Amino acid sequence: MTDEKPSLSQRLQPLMREAKRLSAIGWALALHWLGIAARETWIVLKRLPIASYSFARALANADYAQRLTDLYIDGASNLPVAASTTPARAPQPAPQPTAVLQEAGPDSALVLLSLLQKEGRFLDFLQEEVTSYQDHEVGAAARVVHEGCQRVLNEHLSIAPVRAEAEGSQVTLNKGFDPAAERPTGHVVGEPPFTGALVHRGWRAVEVRLPQVASSRDVRILAPAEVEL
Amino acid sequence: MSARYAIGIDLGTTHSALSYVETAKCEGEEVDQSILRIPQLTAAGSVEDRPLLPSFLYLPHPDEHKSGDLTLPWGGDPTRLIGEHARRQGLTTPIRLVSSAKSWLCHPDVDRKAAILPPEVPADVPQISPFEASVLYLSHLREAWNGVHPYDPLDEQDVTVTVPASFDPAARELTAEAAKAVGIENLVLLEEPQAALYSWVNDSVGRWRHDVKVGDIILVVDVGGGTSDFSLIAVTEQDGALELTRIAVGEHILLGGDNMDLTLAHVVKQKLKQTGVELDRWQLQALTHGCRVAKESLLADAELESVPIVVPSRGAKLIGGSIRTELTQDEVTTTLINGFFPEVSVEERPAQRARGALTKVGLPFAQDPAVTRHLAAFLSKQAGATEDLDGFVEHAHWASFLHPTAVLFNGGVFNAEVLRERVLQVLNQWLSAEDAPPARLLEAHDMDLAVARGAAFYAYARNHGGVRIRGGTSHSYYVGIERSMPAIPGMEPELHALCVVPFGLEEGSEPVMPPQEFGLVVGEPVRFRFFGSSVRREDQVGDLLEEWSEDELEELEEIQTSLPADKLKRSEVVPVRLQAAVSEVGTLELTAIPTNAKPDAEASDWRVSFNTRGASGESNND
Repeated sequence: MTDEKPSLSQRLQPLMREAKRLSAIGWALALHWLGIAARETWIVLKRLPIASYSFARALANADYAQRLTDLYIDGASNLPVAASTTPARAPQPAPQPTAVLQEAGPDSALVLLSLLQKEGRFLDFLQEEVTSYQDHEVGAAARVVHEGCQRVLNEHLSIAPVRAEAEGSQVTLNKGFDPAAERPTGHVVGEPPFTGALVHRGWRAVEVRLPQVASSRDVRILAPAEVEL
Repeated sequence: MSARYAIGIDLGTTHSALSYVETAKCEGEEVDQSILRIPQLTAAGSVEDRPLLPSFLYLPHPDEHKSGDLTLPWGGDPTRLIGEHARRQGLTTPIRLVSSAKSWLCHPDVDRKAAILPPEVPADVPQISPFEASVLYLSHLREAWNGVHPYDPLDEQDVTVTVPASFDPAARELTAEAAKAVGIENLVLLEEPQAALYSWVNDSVGRWRHDVKVGDIILVVDVGGGTSDFSLIAVTEQDGALELTRIAVGEHILLGGDNMDLTLAHVVKQKLKQTGVELDRWQLQALTHGCRVAKESLLADAELESVPIVVPSRGAKLIGGSIRTELTQDEVTTTLINGFFPEVSVEERPAQRARGALTKVGLPFAQDPAVTRHLAAFLSKQAGATEDLDGFVEHAHWASFLHPTAVLFNGGVFNAEVLRERVLQVLNQWLSAEDAPPARLLEAHDMDLAVARGAAFYAYARNHGGVRIRGGTSHSYYVGIERSMPAIPGMEPELHALCVVPFGLEEGSEPVMPPQEFGLVVGEPVRFRFFGSSVRREDQVGDLLEEWSEDELEELEEIQTSLPADKLKRSEVVPVRLQAAVSEVGTLELTAIPTNAKPDAEASDWRVSFNTRGASGESNND
């Protein structure tokens, strides 16, 4: 009798351990999925304000509804358009994961253009026929353009050279360099590191601070016609 | 429990700014400042965050913009545009632009709560009052703040709003009222030159105690876009610790950087005229802008002989229609340096032309453009400013002006080193002529934002310990009393001045009350003539001046009170005494207290208010 008891408990113990282990796994699984569920719910819930806002505003505001419609149409029409613009690339093998080609939205480009026009008369300058003018006349106008456009650049973009070294100095491109930021030219053979002379320092937009644009604004108007009363 | 943020608002004549400090992150005099970026319309339908809010307000025509193009992040009022877009719209349509509202706020001849701005406009252009404009600028700042700090709204923070040191009690009260109107509860006012000095103290992170010593007199010269403001601050000692005491402030001078740019533009315009080129108003504005840019390059580099300026055509033909000219170093030197900062002797005084018959009410712009001459007048007038100050050497009796030992510059004009040097050089010439040591330059940073930063520092230091500039009222104040005497034809009755507020009455100190009694008629408004003096430091409350020299006392707008008839019998004569106190906010409060009634009962009913309605507004005012 006395040796049966321990054997019973001994026999039960592995079962208990197994049960405990299973329940632990069960809990962990439950917590895991609950966590995911909570996160997903949160992610979805976070969108709730904008979803309900868009819904309400689309109902209330015809302009806005039109913009949303445009957005969906753009979204639907973008892919085939993007694909059709790259026939040259299509036959090439794709050894690396390809990026999705997307159209640059025209809006911020137009906003920047209107800023350049407002401050620096950029469009007036480019749209004018220059052949009939003397160099000094073009030069005088260029000052207006230079001063104003430079102000726009300083105010709305932070621009820094890609390479800080002086042009003409020797620089090295290590293995894994970003070919978009640093472009080797000329005798491009062998394996990196490449060493060569810095011909152009490059420019990088560190920060872009374009104005917020009201939904009602027609950004295609780059400069309004002025009528003095 | 104090607020989470200490906020400083520089409500400037041409620009406003807001700086703030998170109090929990500060330690002693190490205060970390941030500048609020203020969303504003920069063009129709385009909103940008900028550190400065141009203090311009534009009242657009209903058809001038597309509805929706004037939306701000917080909605905003599409009939009142504030900021950069307002300023730009005003360049082409000046009749709808409100500018320099702050200067109008202390204009003694107009009703500051009447819709008078923009002045002289066609009938259907809306107008607003200078007071309302201040409220609108402040509420724009409030919305900008609340947008970024939704859980710490502006009205729950400690806020300091700056005013020119030369603002009179009425203008200070209007500023405080405007701040209250946008919901700012924990408000104090601070004089701008003091704010500039606080900013300097803040930047020095405690080192300022080594840079100045007891006995120093710091001259703060603040030349902003529209006004020039001077103050003298003495370094004193209290219980072994350095203290700062503001001992004098200058007069209100409407003269600033904008005058300088405009003057240069006119010089260049004349030059163009000689070559047969006429400029219209739009081109003159473009030229003024060009001159400002060119001036900055020329002032920064004395080697530069000239900078070309191109006045662009207004139409789309840029190359064909632009006018090319240039601004030379010579013109800048003659016009700007010698015109606005001439080398003068300390005896010289600003020229006062007799004003022609005024056909319209305008701002009382300074008639003499020479900042140095205004400075000479200020320092000479304040020659005795340190007489009553403990620990100061007796001022030599032959000294014709107060000798500052250090100078702090502030305001956008002094971003140009040449101009700082020029003022210092002129001052040091005056000093050496009286065998005094030359004044030192206190290095300041960021002349455009220093006032807002200093104000935020003060908002913090007030509640968390830190250096304070003492000073109290910058003037002593008097009410005029006509002596009763038999009428003599052709002679005005003799006027005496009763001192009701002594010089340097500090904020929150015990109210003072002269013993003299006045008889007020219940139910009828009573007006007193009101005077201020920036030099009579020794007058005590209750002193009756029988005579004074003309430049000692300056007549301010009159003050008025009306005893309500509901508590007392109408047309009963009640004896009252005038009590004066400086509130914690920093405004002067005068109360008429009936000597036979309980003084604490209904004290607000007996408030003596400053007349902000202007001399001409009296007749049509109820």
